Parts: sequence; structure tokens; C-alpha cells
Amino acid sequence: MLHIYCPHCCEYREEEEFHVKGQAHLARPLDPDACSDKEWGEYLYFRKNPRGLHHELWVHAAGCRKFFNVTRDTVSYEIKEVYLVGEKPSVVAHSGSAK
Amino acid sequence: MTQKNRLQTGGRINRSKPLSFVYNGKQFKGFEGDTLASAMLANGIDVIGRSFKYSRPRGIVAAGAEEPNAVMQLGATEATQVPNVRATQQELFDGLVSGATNGWPSVDNDLMGIVGKVGGKMMPPGFYYKTFMYPQSMWETYEKFIRKAAGLGSSPLENDPDSYEKINQHCDVLVVGAGPAGLAAALTAGRAGARVILADEQSEFGGSLLGTRETLNGEEAAHWVADVTAELAGMKDVMLLSRSTVNGYHDHNFLTIHQRNTDHIADKAPAGQARQTLHRVRAKWVVLATGAHERPLVYGNNDVPGCMIASAVSTYINRYGVVPGNELVVMTTNDGAYQTAFDWQDAGRKVVAIVDTRQNPQGAQVAEASKRGIQLIKGSGIIDVAGSKRVSGVSIAALSADGSAVNGSVTKLSADTVATSGGWSPVIHLAGHTGSRPVWDEKVAGFLPGPTVEKRLIAGAIAGDFTTAGALAQGAEAGRKACAELGMDQPIIELPTTQERVEHPAMTLFHIPHVKKTSEAPKQFVDYQNDVTAAGIELACREGFESIEHVKRYTALGFGTDQGKLGNIAGMAIAAKATGRTIPETGTTIFRPNYTPVTFGALVGRDRGELFDPKRYTAMHKWHVENGALFEDVGQWKRPWYFPKAGETMQQSLDRECKATRESVGILDASTLGKIDIQGKDAREFLGRVYTNAWAKLAVGKCRYGLMCGEDGMVFDDGVTSCLGENHFIMTTTSGGAARVYEWLELYHQTEWPELEVYFNTVTDHWSTMTISGPNSRKLLEELTDADVSNENFGYMDWREMKVAGVPARVFRISFTGELSFEINVQANFGLHVWEKLFEKGAKYNLTPYGTETMHILRAEKGFIIAGQDTDGSVHPYDLGMGWAVSQQKPFSFIGKRGMAREDCVRDNRKQLVGLKTTDPSVVLPEGAQGVFDPKAPIPMPMVGHITSSYWSANLGHSIAMGLVKGGLDRMGEKVYYPLADGRVVEAEICSPIFLDPKGERQNV
Repeated sequence: MLHIYCPHCCEYREEEEFHVKGQAHLARPLDPDACSDKEWGEYLYFRKNPRGLHHELWVHAAGCRKFFNVTRDTVSYEIKEVYLVGEKPSVVAHSGSAK
Repeated sequence: MTQKNRLQTGGRINRSKPLSFVYNGKQFKGFEGDTLASAMLANGIDVIGRSFKYSRPRGIVAAGAEEPNAVMQLGATEATQVPNVRATQQELFDGLVSGATNGWPSVDNDLMGIVGKVGGKMMPPGFYYKTFMYPQSMWETYEKFIRKAAGLGSSPLENDPDSYEKINQHCDVLVVGAGPAGLAAALTAGRAGARVILADEQSEFGGSLLGTRETLNGEEAAHWVADVTAELAGMKDVMLLSRSTVNGYHDHNFLTIHQRNTDHIADKAPAGQARQTLHRVRAKWVVLATGAHERPLVYGNNDVPGCMIASAVSTYINRYGVVPGNELVVMTTNDGAYQTAFDWQDAGRKVVAIVDTRQNPQGAQVAEASKRGIQLIKGSGIIDVAGSKRVSGVSIAALSADGSAVNGSVTKLSADTVATSGGWSPVIHLAGHTGSRPVWDEKVAGFLPGPTVEKRLIAGAIAGDFTTAGALAQGAEAGRKACAELGMDQPIIELPTTQERVEHPAMTLFHIPHVKKTSEAPKQFVDYQNDVTAAGIELACREGFESIEHVKRYTALGFGTDQGKLGNIAGMAIAAKATGRTIPETGTTIFRPNYTPVTFGALVGRDRGELFDPKRYTAMHKWHVENGALFEDVGQWKRPWYFPKAGETMQQSLDRECKATRESVGILDASTLGKIDIQGKDAREFLGRVYTNAWAKLAVGKCRYGLMCGEDGMVFDDGVTSCLGENHFIMTTTSGGAARVYEWLELYHQTEWPELEVYFNTVTDHWSTMTISGPNSRKLLEELTDADVSNENFGYMDWREMKVAGVPARVFRISFTGELSFEINVQANFGLHVWEKLFEKGAKYNLTPYGTETMHILRAEKGFIIAGQDTDGSVHPYDLGMGWAVSQQKPFSFIGKRGMAREDCVRDNRKQLVGLKTTDPSVVLPEGAQGVFDPKAPIPMPMVGHITSSYWSANLGHSIAMGLVKGGLDRMGEKVYYPLADGRVVEAEICSPIFLDPKGERQNV
């Protein structure tokens, strides 16, 4: 069970209080109607499945109900950082592949 | 029966407290301080079970958690049965009842043993796969036979009378294992003021110190253990847990500890006490001081009772005052096991010989053996053992210098006990639970914990230092390291002086060769619990299973409750040799939680029966119970399902409820509907983005139905949202979808459109909601309010604030039945009062309560959908014939708009929701039935959609159904056929799903 620091509550809390919402930084296209089916399909369905660093969106569902981002290593489950929605991660994989 | 193997003095047992116990129906005696295993050995019980596959007689091999054979069935009554208890870990208590888990009809006379005796050639690895796979139709017959043959213990058939509990814990340092290393670590951290938990699986602290005659500070090691334990017990932030196995090491230093509170006292916990406790610990730092297990050597017939691990023999003598035999032969690759011969001799029994696999062993232990007059046979090994239910002799042969072959003649000696040592394996199980790969260490001749991201330290034998001095020093150092990481003082504790001896180099040897090649030699067991032999591993390698993970699965090496504690390393060494690789090249399998079996009771704790899951009740629940409602679970809600009257069948109740509503007035407790309060200057804009229809012009006092879709264009929830003020709305959702919808709104607000000023709050539980529905509902409402509720002043899809039954209410003129309806919302604590007032005034209108089932029928008569029943995530609004609820003109591209414009969403022949009228009006189609256009088509028939809703309509006098049909909206009047499982084929005609009042006149009066 993960131990997650909520950047809004400023506390470590148990994973049971959170929901994971999948890959972070999936911006909704500003003009969906201008997207081709392929582009919309990419936005809707295609997700990264990296071995290593992964940027994820989480919500403190049974706590403050706020969303935030997590950089997590999918091999070790280590959480490298948490950061607010709208911010960029500071821990990123090198040259497109994980360590 | 006498305890023929019990010594007159010595050990940590209390000879003045005799205890009776039962094994396989016979009475025996032991003493306080015994384990079940030590008491069995004291009584000379040799055979404690039959092996899993070959049904060979087996005896006790070890003295701790690593015991593979003595896995017992415990329990004096049916309800208190516990399978899979290691006799070596079960403390003896008066009245303990135990039995062997396998052996049929009995362990001493086992029929399956004959199969095993006929020989290994009959049951090679993969025997069951190879033999019982074909023909497949016979599997059920085979399975019964195999299950019966393979004793796995039996679970109780009655409810467990005991209670269990779970506790969440937090600490600075969790120390696992209270041997010399763990005690030193805990003492250091404790003195620094850290919050410490020290857990050990045994009944008392001390670990390896309990089973030896080693001294600390020149006196019995137990004194130092007692002093340290007493000091720790006096520290307010230190928690000492004995009889507590740390079973799982999970991510982010989350560990589970299985504490057995009363298993050592009685068959059943004393009243008011939890039998076991599961501690769920989040530790800032973890110190693993789990020690090491001695490895037995692998040799011919090494499973005959009487073959034991050398250190276990010493433990039985020194800790329990039990010598498990009369004539001992020791076989060893190292100096350590010499001590077992000395312990045995000092106990007054005969040591036949020490067989040392090393060509030229030297040093103090060798000198001591010579001084004691013990025969030392160098450069040799025991290649075979005689006897079946007890060792009667051994065959010894000289070995080549590397131990790979027999190169001398065979000598036979008489003996009844064989104690072997092939070195020590660090107990790395916990260290591997979070995925860290063990690393082979040549010097240790074992695997050590690999690198980890966890905040974890190791100390003592787990780190490859098998000396007491090393364990103490490493423990203290680990304690200081943890304190330093925690920013605390790092006290230096005074370590006791130890008696160390110079150990001469050990030989790395796992498998003693036989004069015959392994495949023809007597069985050489590697993994006792799974009956895996050296020949079996070699065969698996010959058959192409090269990866150790494949060898494991093919042979079952390291499977089950044993998790390869004794056999894994030897098995890997044999596989390495067979494939011409080194052990590190071969690699190791990794371990999973749990280290030893955990009872379901401990995992469940109090989360059972009434406390299994929270229940949600509406404010009117008491009334429903008193009026005979039957309930349905909707999420965690308990909703009235229907209200049967005496003598009614369910259908009769539903018919009565449906008719009463349409003829006069019915009432539904709708409090469970999700309610979300939405405020802010951009609330209206936000609604327009998450709903498919338009919200810009909804005036204060008005209500509107909305469909909510995902980005893929598929409907996922629906409900009515009402405008309470220019910037204030209340949204209703389905009962089951409330939490999901709320999170969805927050997701879009927080991550996509944070610039919108809008706030959400769930107010589901704040309101009691009761819907009165039917032609007399207005008359009923008028009796309880002064407000003007006429159609002119309070029209359909309006809402008004008013007092009802004297309390403030929001009343919504919305309808899910198609009748004139009023949905009365009052503060939840007024709910029951208003409900009762309605019944007081409603008696003359035959006000009839109805539940979810009648609600479903009434709405289906009107063709109203239920999201999640008539939709399944693959249905968009146009598929539902609800294009009227989609506004393509809105300036913002609302959620779902782009999705429902995808090529696949606009093609012809999609499955669409239609009404279905069976040709025989009395037949009610089963929901889920699959339709076909041509019932005579060859199987598999092309399926065209399924029935989503289907009921008997008492109001219409015929059955009604809704379902998805390919191209259904363009097939009005055509026939669909539903072939059912019972062979019937039901014919139905596609029609409008609005079966009653298609113009909607009834709700507009």
C-alpha cells in the first residue's frame, strides 16, 4: 500500500484515501471539433505504459477531494515527487526511456 | 506414555508444569515451554505425516518456521480447526488436540505410500500434468482422487467462535527479529528515544541465543537477553511483540505483523480476548534482523524420520531438554555442526561419527572432537540412509575433493539420527517482498538481500555474518544508522563479550553424490514439502526448463506454505549444475508475502457480519421496516424494494402498487438520489459543458433533465438539475452514480477549467426526498401546504419553496412515472415527520408506498431509461432515441460531443434502444436475453442486441420490454426473436418504448 503525500493537505496519508486517475498531463484539445477521429482517439484511448517513471493524476478522494500529480516509478513503486495540477514535473525520464 | 527422550535437567521448560496433549487420537505429556514438536520428539513420535506426492513417512526436521514436514491440523472441535500449523511454532498447552494433515487411512499405514514406494519413475515431475490431462472429460474423476491423496489439511465446517482484530501502527523503527542483532538495534534506537516496534515470531526474545550454550559476558546468554528485554519494556515508546510474525513487507515500508495472542493458551480464546491481532505498520525505517536458516544436505533417502538439521538437534537438546534419538551421525560441510555432536554427547547419548565433507578439516572443533573420542570421517559423505519409519543406519563413502563424485568404497554404520549442515541461508524473504532481487554471495554461499528503495537496513545473519559478535555489532550499527536518518541521537550501547572461535573455511556443497547417477540413486529430497528431488530437478532441466522460474513451476520447488525455506538454494545449485551454469547465472526465484501462513480470521478482523460494509439508511427507514418493506441494496443504500401485504406474492404486490399509483397516488422514498449543490458565477457555463443539452436559459424556479456523457460520447449518468438562483443549482444523479459524478465534476473543474468560478458540494444526505405520484397527488399536497400548487402557478418542470407539513421544503414538479408528481425535499431530520403526515392525510386517497421495483415498472411503461441498466457504456444519446437532449448548437464543445461524432458513432445499424412487445402478451422476456432476426439461422446465430428492461405491466395488461436492437429505430413493427436457454424462442415486435400516454398528458395536468 502506497504512502502518498497530499500537497494540499501537506500530509502523508494512506493509499486507501486516494483514487488514481491514470496518466497525467492529458490536456483536453481546445477545439475538439477540429480534431480528426485519429487525434480524438489518441486523446481518448492511447496511454503510456512505461517501465520506470510515470506521471500520474491522483485525487485525495476521501480527504480534501483535490487533484494533484505524482511521479512514480512503476518498477519500484517509489514516489519521486508530488506536484500541483498545472505544474511541470521536475523528475523526468531521460531520452524518452526509463532508467 | 513416558517422555523417553526427555533429559532430567536443562532447557527452558518447566518440568513442574506437565501438560497433556493429543496427537492422532492418542494422549501424550509434555511440559510448559515445549512446542508441539519438542513434545512429540520427547515422546519418541517419529512419523508426523506423509509426504505430499509420494506419501512417504516424514518426521520433524527443523525447530522453527522453516519446518517443512510437521504441518499439523489443530483443533479440539469442528469450529476451532486450524490447518497448516507448524508443530515447531505451536506452543504446547494443556488439552491441545493435533493430527497429521495427510496420510490416508493413517500416517502409519498409508495406501498412497505404495504408489510412492513403487518408485520415482512412476511419478516424475509434471506427473499430474502428464498423466491426468487426458481425456479432459475424466478430469473431475481424477481431481477427486488427487485431492484426497494430497493431504492439505481441512478448513473448519463451522463458524469460528473467536474474534480477531486489526490495528494500525506507526513507528520510527520497526525491528524484525529479536535475536542478538535485533535486540541490539532496538536497544540503540530505544535509547535514542525513537518509537520502536520489536517483533519476533517466537514466544520469547533471544532468537539464536535460545538454542545454544553460548555465553555472553561469561554467563548464560539468557541473562543478557532478559536485561535488554527488561530495559526495552520500560521505555514508553517501545512496543514489544512476541509471538508476532512479520509476514509481509509491502510498498513504502508498510508491514503486516501477525500476532498470536492466545494460540498458546487454549484451543479457543478466553472470553473477551481477541485470538489474533494483525498489526498494519507504517515504519519510517525497518531493520531486518531475521537471521538465517541452516540448510540440510541433500543425500539418498534423506527424508526418513530421524534425518534432521544439525542446529535443530542442538536446539531441541539445549532449549527443550529433548534428545531426539540415541545414536547420532553428523554430516557437515563446516565447523558449526560439530557443536551438535558435542551437545548430543553431553546429553549422555552416543555419537557414532562426524562425517566431514572437507578433505582436511582443521581447528579447535576438530581437536575437540578428537579429545572427546568422537570418530571423525573426513572427505566423505552420507550417500544413503536405511530405514523407513526411522533411520536405522547410514552408508558413508569417500568423496572427490570438490564433492562432485563418490571415489571410495561404501561403509555402513548403525545410527538412528542423522544431523546435517550444508551451511546457512540468510532469511531474505521479507527483503524480497517489494521486488528487490537477492544477490548471490560467494563467501556466504547464499543469497543476500539485494538493493532496495525502501528505508531498510539489515543486521546479523541476514547480512551474511553468522557470528554472535557480528550480529550484536551490526544490530547496534543499524540502530544508530536509523537514528541518524531520523535526525536523532545515535547512542553507543555496551555490547556483551562473546566467546568466539576461529571458524575454518566451509566447503560449498549442497548435494551429496551417490555411486549411481542421480536419476537412478535413492531419492534425494531437496524440497520436502513438495516432494521435489534432485533427480526431478535434473529431469526438468533435461526437458528444457532452464529458467529457474520454470523449474520452480514444473517441479513445485519452493511452492506452498513452505516458500522454499530449506530447499531453494540446494535446488538452484542442482539446476545450475545440470545446466552448466553458476548459481548467480541461474538466479533465484523471489518470495511473496506471507512468510508463514496467516489465518483468514486475522486478515478479516472485525470486518465481518454487521461490520462487513457500512450501510446507508434514509430518514424514513424505520417506517419502511415497520410497514413490512423488503429491501434492495443500491450501493451501500438499503432501499425499499416493495411492500408486500399478508398473503401476497411479489407480483401481486407490484401489481397493486403500480395500479394504486396510476389510479390514485403512490409514494416513493427517493432520498438516495445523488444531490450535488453547485454554486458560482460560472455554474451555468459549467453545466453546459458537462451536460449534453442547453442550460444557458434555464430560469430560476425551473428544472431540466440532462444526460451526461463521457468524452467517448457514451451516456454514463442522467438526472434533473434545477435552477435555485441565478448562480445556484442543484443537480441530481442516479443513486449509485453520485460519488462518481461528483468526482467527475471536480476532475473537469480542477484539471481542465480551473478558470471557471464554480463550487460543488455533495448534499445527498442533507435532504429527505419523497415523491408523491398519481392523479390525486396534488390534492394530497394541498392538504399539507398553504402554497398555491395549481397547474397555473406551479407547472410541470417547475420547483417551488414552500412549507409542507409545517417545515420548509423544496418541491419539484418532476415525474419519473409519467403521472402528476411532486418531489418533496425537506431537511433530512424532518423526513420521517413529513412522510408520516402524508400518510395521515393520504389514507383517504389510498396513498400506497412503493419501492424500487414498482418505480422501475412505472418508468418503463413511459420508456424512461435507467442509466446503467438500459445503457452499458456503449450507448450514446442518439442510440437511445434521445437526440432531443443533445444541443449541437452550444458554443462550447461539451463533453461527449466530439465523441459521439466519431465515425463509429454515426454509422448505420448501431444498436438502438426500442420498445419490444411480445406476440404472446403474457410472456415476460428475461432481461439480458439476446435477440436474433432469424431464429432458423445456423448456430452461432448473428446476435442483434439484448433486452435491457422487462416487466409485467398490470396497468397495460401485458408484458413490456425495452432492449437494444441493431438499427432498431428504423425497424418499427419488425419482429425480433429471443431464443432462451430453456429452448423457447420468444417472438417480439419492435415498437416505441413509450407504452403509456405517448403524448405525456397525464403529467401535465
